[in-house]
Amino acid sequence: MIASAKLGALKGIKPHEFALRFFFGGFCTVAAGIISKRFGPEIGGLFLAFPAIFPAGASLIEKHEKQHKQRIGRDGSDRGRMAASIDAAGASLGALGLAAFAVVVWQMLPRQSFWLSIGCASLAWITVSICGWLVRKSRVARALARFFRGDGRAPV
Amino acid sequence: MKELVVRFLIGGITVSTFAILGEVLRPKSFAGLFGAAPSIALATIGLTIAQHGKPYAAIEARSMIAGAIAFFCYAAAVSWILMRYKPRALTATIALFPIWFGTSFAVWAVLLR
Repeated sequence: MIASAKLGALKGIKPHEFALRFFFGGFCTVAAGIISKRFGPEIGGLFLAFPAIFPAGASLIEKHEKQHKQRIGRDGSDRGRMAASIDAAGASLGALGLAAFAVVVWQMLPRQSFWLSIGCASLAWITVSICGWLVRKSRVARALARFFRGDGRAPV
Repeated sequence: MKELVVRFLIGGITVSTFAILGEVLRPKSFAGLFGAAPSIALATIGLTIAQHGKPYAAIEARSMIAGAIAFFCYAAAVSWILMRYKPRALTATIALFPIWFGTSFAVWAVLLR
């Protein structure tokens, strides 16, 4: 299996960490609405793709990974940063899916129903995101990364 | 005021749901996809249509393309900086916000305006 779910990971999240995400999510949604009202939909639309909870999420990932390593007597700082970096790399691929979501909503919404537009847009988001992730995981992508880092031969 | 409270609650619930998905999924690179989920858009598009109509929401979606391109640049920069210079994650993610603002407004002004 290439991707899986680990429900046990939820036990490691403290209630205030859930509350932090809820607050940031709610705050950014309200802010996007206010900006749209004040400056119009063209500027307000930009903030629909604002990295709202990204800093909070990345720092919590770093903290959890660090704590996990400290429990077995290691420092864990590098490991924490690496986990946050890998999460950010995944988010960059998710952002391509986010762009696909926006294109589908922009094109479909004026002509189709709300639910059909949102359904197709969500499908476009998950498809583009997962395809991007699979391509990045592929052997060719890894060979290219090694080549550009200078520690491998050119991919064929 | 009531509208703001509704927005806050819907936004909080939607964003938290995607954050939980990101926590339980493995590997981390796959879970990261959910860090850029269309959570704010999903939370607000319905409310926007109810208040201003579909054409208004479509204009917002068009601008959202620029925001998403900016998110790609921002997240890629965060990933690279964390690997290369090893700052704390919170420091890097906040310090690099100007990349999102600069890219989103530049893409919007050049391609979508």
